[in-house]
Amino acid sequence: MNTVIETVGLKRSYWGFDAVRGIDFTVARGELFALLGTNGAGKTSTLELLEGQATPTGGTVRVLGHDPFRDRASVRHRMGVMLQEGGFPPELTVLETVRMWAGCTTGARPVDEALALTNLSDRRAVRVKQLSGGERRRLDLSLALLGRPEVLFLDEPTTGLDAQSRQDTWELIRELKQQGTTVLLTTHYLEEAEQLADRLAIMHKGLIATTGRVADVVAERPSRISFQLPQDRFVGELPPLASMGVVRHTSESGTVRLETNDLQRTATELLTWAQRTGVALHALDARSASLEEAFMEIAKGLDNEETR
Amino acid sequence: MTTTAPARPVTTATPVRRGSASRMIALGRAELALLLRSRAALFTALLVPAITTFSMRGVVNGLDLDGTGLSIATVLLPGSLGLALIFSVYTNLVGVYVTRRESLVLKRLRTGEVRDWEIFTGGALPALLLAYVQCALLVIGLTVVLDAPAPAAPHLVVLGLLTGGAMLVAAGALTAAVTRTAESAQLTFLPFWLLSMAGSGMFVPREVLPGMVADISAWLPFSPVMDLLRGGWTGELGAVDQGRALLLALAWTGVAALGVRQWFRWGPRG
Repeated sequence: MNTVIETVGLKRSYWGFDAVRGIDFTVARGELFALLGTNGAGKTSTLELLEGQATPTGGTVRVLGHDPFRDRASVRHRMGVMLQEGGFPPELTVLETVRMWAGCTTGARPVDEALALTNLSDRRAVRVKQLSGGERRRLDLSLALLGRPEVLFLDEPTTGLDAQSRQDTWELIRELKQQGTTVLLTTHYLEEAEQLADRLAIMHKGLIATTGRVADVVAERPSRISFQLPQDRFVGELPPLASMGVVRHTSESGTVRLETNDLQRTATELLTWAQRTGVALHALDARSASLEEAFMEIAKGLDNEETR
Repeated sequence: MTTTAPARPVTTATPVRRGSASRMIALGRAELALLLRSRAALFTALLVPAITTFSMRGVVNGLDLDGTGLSIATVLLPGSLGLALIFSVYTNLVGVYVTRRESLVLKRLRTGEVRDWEIFTGGALPALLLAYVQCALLVIGLTVVLDAPAPAAPHLVVLGLLTGGAMLVAAGALTAAVTRTAESAQLTFLPFWLLSMAGSGMFVPREVLPGMVADISAWLPFSPVMDLLRGGWTGELGAVDQGRALLLALAWTGVAALGVRQWFRWGPRG
């Protein structure tokens, strides 16, 4: 059995709102799959269905070959979950919290090991209410990892972490992945997805707008060059844009934006022209397509589609 | 981050699953630490029943108990146990369940292996422990102060405490289900509490209530518990009445449990 997570036509509505409107994807064993999307895109709603917190309104979901809601007893001890906002009694210490959770977990790691995983060993005697937001997230992650899960669901695992803790968490997730853990994570940070994900899906308004390997998703997008022309110069004076490899361009109050699938060629032609004609290009900026641009464009594109 | 121990290899058999008991003990242990750190809850649960019992002494003195076969001791003693159960178990747990739900503890717990009923039961263990310790102290204390006789049928006392405990856990969870916030939990426990105090023969035996009221109040959820407790001291509860009380208490427990299943929400705001 190589497929660990599979959804077919997955839907979820509540109070007349369609949070998830029919999504299909599969995650193979050992893979790290990232769900991206704006707020309200349906990421958490989807995750809750995968974790067996709720039943779908339509479609099916399988985790480790089981329905995670109906057969929860067959899968719960094989998965680890970190909610976007998990709660712990504020008056318990870190140690007491982990110990409680360990008592409820099959094959739990020793408490010391669980705390060491997320660098919380020296905070063991501190009450949860005195932890920082980032420390609370790390405690939550410790609990998710307590049972050495085969599948890990992480809902925005690094939100609220400082830069160092975020790096550490990424390192930990990479290690877990190396050991064969299948991970599904949602994130706001596109860099996180770029760093960690084998494959990703960008969700928007309850649907998957695009999915694939990070490089593939990015490769579908053009690179961009932008600059300002001096006031006495016009776009028409540039060499023919098509011959420079430009696929689209806009010009607005002196700022020219070019889109190209061949950044090196377009940039070279542009700079050669500028040198030859002695034009100074202000605010020159050339950048390859990034996940962020892909993300923004998808969000924008789908919005337009909807209003049309 | 330190190195992690390897994830469980896929091929080996999964380790022995943790059982219900170990999960509930883990939850109960954490909840006990919380109870001991919650001064207000501890204070209410420990002192109110004792104080109330002593202040009810005057009221019971004024009751006309002739022809009921009861004495001041056989009214006050079971009444104090009933009150201790209600305060330590019911009132306490309504607050516990609502607070844990509001702070997202229940939602987090439900992502793990714990089953729903284990969350309620495990969370109730310290409250039950507190209630039973308190009952033991009240029995000893009141027996000395009132020079009361020992229970004529101790097994009925035990039965009453057990069924009462179970019923109040379910009732507490059901009340928590219809309580929106921790603030409203200060009020929502009142109806059941007042009904049980006034109608279930806690300090005012149902025998002295007017006919129709007495008939109806016999069917209240806490009435069978009081019948068993009082029967434990008087020894005058027949086999049929014992069975009826037991069944009625269990029926109410079942109804409350079904209600919890239907209406309990695990996260805040409905």
